Amino acid sequence: MARYLLRSTLRSCIRGGVALSVAALFAHGAQAQDAPADTRIDHGRYLAIAGDCVACHTAPGGKPFAGGLDLNTPFGTITASNITSDTASGIGSWSLQQFDAAVRHGKGPNGHLYPAMPYTAYAKMTDADLADLWAYIRTIPPVSQKVVENKLPFPYNIRSAMIVWNALFFDSTPFRPDSAKSDAVNRGAYLVEALAHCGICHTPKNALGGDSAATYQGTSLQGWHAPDLTNNDHTGLGKWSAEDIVTYLRSGTNRYTASSGSMTEVIVNSTQHLTDADLHAIAAYFKALPARTVEAPPPLPANNAQVEAGRREFVVQCSACHTSSGQGVTNMIPSLQSNPAINARSPDSLLNILLAGTTGPATAANPTGAAMPGFAWKLQDDQIADVLTYIRNSQGNAAAAVSAADVAKARKALGAQQVVWH
Amino acid sequence: MNYKRPKADVVIIGLGWSGSTMAEELTRAGLNVVAIERGAWRDTTTNFPTTRDPDELSGSVRKDILQAPVTETYTVRNKADQTALPLRKYNNLTLGNNVGGAGTHWAGASWRWQAFDHQPYSRVMERYGAKQLVDGLILQDWGITYDDLEPFYDRFEKIAGTSGTAGVINGVKQPGGNPFEGSRTSPYPTPALERTRANLLFAEAATRLGYHPFPVPSAMIGAPYTNALGLNLAPCTYCGYCQLYGCGNWSKSSPNICILPVLMQRPNFTVVTESEVIRINTTPDKKMATGVTFVDSNGNIGEQPADIVITATFTLDNTRLLLLSGISTPYDFASGQGVVGRAFTFQTLSWGFMFFENEYLNPFMNTGALATQIDDFNGDNFDHTGLGFIGGAGIQSLCNQGLPIGMAGLVPEGSPQWGKGWKQAFQKGYQNYAQIQGQGTNFAHREQFMDLDPTYKDRFGQPLLRITFDYNENDRRSGRFVRDKCIEIAKEMGAKQVWGDSFPDQPYSGYRPWDSSHVQGGVVMGEDPKTSVQNRYQQNWDIPNLFVIGASSFPNNAGYNPTIAVGATTLWTAKAIKDLYLKNPGPLVRL
Repeated sequence: MARYLLRSTLRSCIRGGVALSVAALFAHGAQAQDAPADTRIDHGRYLAIAGDCVACHTAPGGKPFAGGLDLNTPFGTITASNITSDTASGIGSWSLQQFDAAVRHGKGPNGHLYPAMPYTAYAKMTDADLADLWAYIRTIPPVSQKVVENKLPFPYNIRSAMIVWNALFFDSTPFRPDSAKSDAVNRGAYLVEALAHCGICHTPKNALGGDSAATYQGTSLQGWHAPDLTNNDHTGLGKWSAEDIVTYLRSGTNRYTASSGSMTEVIVNSTQHLTDADLHAIAAYFKALPARTVEAPPPLPANNAQVEAGRREFVVQCSACHTSSGQGVTNMIPSLQSNPAINARSPDSLLNILLAGTTGPATAANPTGAAMPGFAWKLQDDQIADVLTYIRNSQGNAAAAVSAADVAKARKALGAQQVVWH
Repeated sequence: MNYKRPKADVVIIGLGWSGSTMAEELTRAGLNVVAIERGAWRDTTTNFPTTRDPDELSGSVRKDILQAPVTETYTVRNKADQTALPLRKYNNLTLGNNVGGAGTHWAGASWRWQAFDHQPYSRVMERYGAKQLVDGLILQDWGITYDDLEPFYDRFEKIAGTSGTAGVINGVKQPGGNPFEGSRTSPYPTPALERTRANLLFAEAATRLGYHPFPVPSAMIGAPYTNALGLNLAPCTYCGYCQLYGCGNWSKSSPNICILPVLMQRPNFTVVTESEVIRINTTPDKKMATGVTFVDSNGNIGEQPADIVITATFTLDNTRLLLLSGISTPYDFASGQGVVGRAFTFQTLSWGFMFFENEYLNPFMNTGALATQIDDFNGDNFDHTGLGFIGGAGIQSLCNQGLPIGMAGLVPEGSPQWGKGWKQAFQKGYQNYAQIQGQGTNFAHREQFMDLDPTYKDRFGQPLLRITFDYNENDRRSGRFVRDKCIEIAKEMGAKQVWGDSFPDQPYSGYRPWDSSHVQGGVVMGEDPKTSVQNRYQQNWDIPNLFVIGASSFPNNAGYNPTIAVGATTLWTAKAIKDLYLKNPGPLVRL
């Protein structure tokens, strides 16, 4: 219910913003500071949606922007703050300068912020956009909700440690368009790097939580694998056309797949509300990334014991929905054939979906929301390992086998049913 | 505790096919709609996950998905001088009891009714005259024609994703379809289902006999399809657990997959579940409806005020709600006057059963409404001169059952009744049994009606609905005629053992298995307030802000299943509310 409320609130929020934003948005340069206040608030609302502020700053079932969502990082738990205009528990008493310090420089009233708040991305936001975003944030009705933000264990709870971290990993240079690239690619770069902060999940992190050099090459976090977004056919977006990317971000589905995990929330809360021009700009940006070579390993042979057992499980458990050929149903049930997400280095997402099931994306463009039921209660660890190994080594896929121990570990981490009674 | 909910523009009672179709139309038009549903929320993946093996004992035998008699039942008698008794188990009535209504469990044969079915009176008078009608038969036109409804049939099929092979498009006959069907403006949204071995044998035999077989249009989706509301539907897998089960594959057209995901995203739509409406409220002068009173799952009594009241429950409950609310004049059997409860209709089923000798019919691989039919003896598609009846039946090779418990009693005559001999006979019989169903119509009759039972009450102390029904002479004559056609085709199919049955040869019983569930009428639409409760827009003649939708509006039955006709008439009424009523609230037909 809360989710419906949230969704409809967002939808009604964006309605006003969409029409004007196409003309009003550009990658750089100053937003007219003398634009009417309503226009600037609408634009700020659009930026808040593009930046998906609501995703973290709203607790499950809680009031929008009132904070309280726990972010489980490898270093401990950080809770998102209340950013409503409540003066006591929110940010109602802040100035634009304080807002800027937090959003673009990672400095809050209690000291340094942790980069779970993606100030590392927002630092690239233009001055004008920041001001419009603030104009909108100030209109969010106050909600009194005190949030204890820092629940990290020692030594990570020492905020000043972030001075060192920032010196090492925080690139605070503002966004600069590349004149060698098209306007669309530059606009896409701005949206992706300054607002949508895709790299937070999709770029592997080093031991200290800073971005590694493997930009957008996919990584695991919170029990999911955020897939490779680079241009390669085996694990990345190589085969996806720009239109496939647009369709996916707009509807949550496309001819190959359907979203899962927290990407579904990103699509539902954020990307489905972006303008067509902005979605095409994001697609242009990703398609303009350099091609990358990912060597496909040789698939396990069909007579491999796990592959053989997995094929039988596939026929019994999977084929009714994903069809006998694994082709699935367009815009609804993912195709398993030559699917880069299935070839991912890590089977984390596959384990998560198979064990716990997944709710489908329900968007304005595709309200179906077809879900997949979980199998934790039904299949033993070795059965799940076999079927995943089969899928990862058939139908055009090739990836490392999944072991029963991998399944047991994921089962435990997910808190899924531990014992299968048969 | 009593409470009052905020006033809505529209309250809809019941969120099955007709309620959800209406809610989608009216919320899209910007109205604030509240639906009140007796049953619980049902979600495809949560409630019918494909991971769970279906259970024939709870599904087909105990019928767990249906409305339980303890929630509400009906009393039945054959004649007006008998005392009616409550049904304590449902055999032919197959009532939904959840959000999605009967659409969730029914594997609907998805028919457009024919032009004749919407105007039976004028068509019979024109072709045969009054002499063709048996004594007491009630025949009247609907006030709308097939041509009026065609755009709405078309739209509803595109919501439901109906599978089938078109027979007539823009007046041009199409190969493989039903040559008798009303002309369509577009083909079926998804292709016809695969045929079974029994379907093919039937089609071959019927063709040899000069008839015109075609695949029955079905609620089972024939191919991936994006429906008129942007929802994706997946192709049927022929799993064999269809009717009386929810579908976890998005393959059975139902409100749950075809409408509700869109509806639930609309901020101007609310559904109140597990709450039963017990009364439609009106102004003291009974000129306007003011809302409804309901009992929620905590036993509290709530009131939902609204500007428009739409009753979208099952046929029987639509009639009962009007009787309980004292709206319009109840039918009085003695005088023949009054309208609510009048023109109750059922169906007339006839059968051909057969055992082959060495076939492999593989009945386990089936789905609901998987049938091949001939319409050569349906409606008024044949000359009834000298036959002494009107109407007829869709005659079909129906392959919707292959589950072990349900098939267990089906062994050839003379087989041992237990032990090894029985097991062998069952094993062989399972692969060799087939059936031909004649789904015949029943027309209204002055001795068929519904009223409130004087003795039995429901859990809230309100009288149960009483059904007075027995087959009439028209049924007996048409039933035997159709039975003989079923037997003729069964023999032509090459079966070794063939027998038939015509249900009207025995008095009606609610406990009879294999009977129809298509009870209709009671709140019929029409052209004359003396013989109908509502006008051609399903608007109450007396209370202009009350609309009762569903098969309760149909003054006659047909040799067809009703879902698509219910959907089309609902869309027709939705358009009238949006385009006519909202602009000028009041009676849409003035006499």
